[in-house]
Amino acid sequence: MEKLIEKGLLVIAYSSIAILFIITFFIFKEGLPFIFREGLGTILGGVEWRPTKGEFGILPMVVGSLLVTGGALVIGVPLGLSCAVFLVEFSKPKVRRILKPAIELLAGIPSVVYGFLGVILLVPLIRVHLGGPGLSLLAGSIILGIMILPTIISISIDVLEAVPQSYREGSIALGATTTQTVSMVVLKAARSGIVTAVILGMGRAIGETMAVIMVTGNAVAFPGSILDSIRTLTSNIGIELAYASGDHQEALFATGVVLFVMIMVLNLVASMTRKKRIR
Amino acid sequence: MIRLDPALSQKLVRWVLVSLTALTVSILVFIITYVLLKGLPVLGWEFLSTGAVDAGRGGGIFPFIVSTVFITVVALAIATPLGVGTAIYLTEYTRETAATRVVRFAAECLAGIPSIILGLFGFITFVLFLKLGWSILSGGLTLAIMVLPTIIRTSEEAIIAVPQNRRDVSTSLGGTRWQTVTRVVLPGALPGIVTGIMLSVGRCIGETAAVIFTAGSALGTPTSIFASGRTLAVHFYILATETDAFGMAYGTAAALIIAILTINTLAYWMMHRIMRKYS
Amino acid sequence: MEKIRVKGFGFAYQGGSVALENINLSVMRNEILGIMGPAQSGKSTLLRCLNRMVDALPGTSRKGSITLDGADIFSGEIDPDDLRRRVGMVFDVPVPLPRSIYENVAYGPKLHGVRGRKKLDELVEFGLRSAILWDEVKDRLGTSALRLSGGQQQRLCIARTLALDPEVILLDEPCSGLDPISTLKIEEALSELKSKYTIIIVTNNTKQAARVSDKAAYFLMGELVEYGRTKQIFTVPRDRRTDDYISGRFG
Repeated sequence: MEKLIEKGLLVIAYSSIAILFIITFFIFKEGLPFIFREGLGTILGGVEWRPTKGEFGILPMVVGSLLVTGGALVIGVPLGLSCAVFLVEFSKPKVRRILKPAIELLAGIPSVVYGFLGVILLVPLIRVHLGGPGLSLLAGSIILGIMILPTIISISIDVLEAVPQSYREGSIALGATTTQTVSMVVLKAARSGIVTAVILGMGRAIGETMAVIMVTGNAVAFPGSILDSIRTLTSNIGIELAYASGDHQEALFATGVVLFVMIMVLNLVASMTRKKRIR
Repeated sequence: MIRLDPALSQKLVRWVLVSLTALTVSILVFIITYVLLKGLPVLGWEFLSTGAVDAGRGGGIFPFIVSTVFITVVALAIATPLGVGTAIYLTEYTRETAATRVVRFAAECLAGIPSIILGLFGFITFVLFLKLGWSILSGGLTLAIMVLPTIIRTSEEAIIAVPQNRRDVSTSLGGTRWQTVTRVVLPGALPGIVTGIMLSVGRCIGETAAVIFTAGSALGTPTSIFASGRTLAVHFYILATETDAFGMAYGTAAALIIAILTINTLAYWMMHRIMRKYS
Repeated sequence: MEKIRVKGFGFAYQGGSVALENINLSVMRNEILGIMGPAQSGKSTLLRCLNRMVDALPGTSRKGSITLDGADIFSGEIDPDDLRRRVGMVFDVPVPLPRSIYENVAYGPKLHGVRGRKKLDELVEFGLRSAILWDEVKDRLGTSALRLSGGQQQRLCIARTLALDPEVILLDEPCSGLDPISTLKIEEALSELKSKYTIIIVTNNTKQAARVSDKAAYFLMGELVEYGRTKQIFTVPRDRRTDDYISGRFG
């Protein structure tokens, strides 16, 4: 009986690996033959996406994903990091005890709600004051930047709290101000942890779908400015999967393969920086 | 570069950090209050207890509440035994080896997979390959994969926090490993495990990309797990993107946010209590 | 009659750090053996070998044998869970499980399949009476065991062990965190238990060893320095190191 239970638990424990394999297998099984047939270069390098006419270039989407993720980081990282530094190094512990869980709770707000508010409030604002269609790279970056805030803040707070108090005391004892201590000692010690926070935020941004579909306009083209519309890899799948078939559907899986590989590389990097931190 | 007086720069930095933190917090608070203010007037008994009329432009959200509950229950009924079982195996039945590191890495990778990829996978595997069609079951299976890493991680942390000497007592009284797990370890870890499950419930309720292509968007109330069902988040997405019934959309968003925030607050409250107990 | 025999026994933890080397001793039925020694001398390790609690540790190795009623406890014939029922153990800090007093004592019997309220009631009362705790808790068996005082908790742990009706009781510095009055109560309980059980008590309190034990052993750095009648060890120790220890010049 005991042996049986142990075997059962072993099978259960390995199910995570099995699931990961099955996911990889099915996504690649649908996407890879298409990639081989069309050629990786034509897909990744192609700029025209006309699935009905047999043109399947996803370069604009790759660029769109990278741009909107970059934009999200530009907005989310300074805000999130400032917030974490303020809460850990400058505020009273009581303030942190209230605000940290409050911010983490916000991670639970569904992405569709963020997207909807983006359409209702942010997009008209951009259209009226900055010009362009409003549905844009800028709108996507702002919404995603806000969405990754809880991730970045929460992990950064943990990382900053883990910096030994003796580091701070050593610096303060030498006559440094809190600002000097934070910029010269604490942030240096917490560097790799903060990198992990940023990478995880990046993963969340690059993988986000619904909010991005709602606010970026989804035009397949290279944006000339941040006020132009873009389409991301995730949006491409989200918009077209519902009615795609045949080659078109396979092309969407190929898009999935590209996205999957990008995410896995990010995961590897994140896992490596985390290990380095432990060491 | 001009060297600022340290005291002045201290003041300056503090001021910048305070305003950025205030900005962050007010954005997040604004999102919630805005949705609740707009949505609460719509959110009456009538709205909660009736079906949709005219594709959601009128009527209520009852069928979508049922679908959401159904899918969430299916997802957790699958993910909880798998996740808790994995956690038990990793903590109680094996030591840190190459194999357990692979299991942990796989779980980490699963956690990083974007929900749209899970949607793609669920669509090709559950809906088409296993011929489950757009159904509560397909959606539930897909969400189970999505929350599995969360359940593994929170359960593992909860199990590790149970004092080792309780296990020793049980063993010294002749308890088998499984008896010790079920009678000493799991009861001690239960609050932490429940917290993880509640956080997962919150994620299931708010998810859109992974369910829209697996559970479909049927308007009716699902009568079995093989029927298609539209979750609240999917309904909200469709209302927001395909109709102009913004009033209904706000009502649905308010229902979503209230449900998720309530569950997450309960989860955090429990986590806080556990942490206080052990420290 | 000989209950336990340790013969040429050696034990090493992972990485080869030797905890016990060539230990030879025997314990008679209804006898109390007191094991003394400073920290890290291997006395607790020996205790944990006697009921195979060391099984859970990775990469250990052992030499020689330990027999219980003539049967090698490490041989395949003996089931470790059954061995632990026969050889009960009380730890250095009292570890009540977060349950009621009643449930704590009934925990062991339930593990071994005892069912039925009446049978369990009997075992719980028997255990608590034997550990001289019954009179103090009989009216509040349903309250949490965590509410008891430290000394009561430790007697509860003894009661929990006794409810399994073991043959041998191992105690690992059972009074290390307790006040003198609680210590006295536990020693009192031990001298009554002697008539029914074989007892091995590890202690770094030499006076306690002198008070309660029939035979005593002195361990130092994994070596059994001296072993014999308690009276003899405390009056005419054969080894100078034992003399140093019991007279307080060392340890």
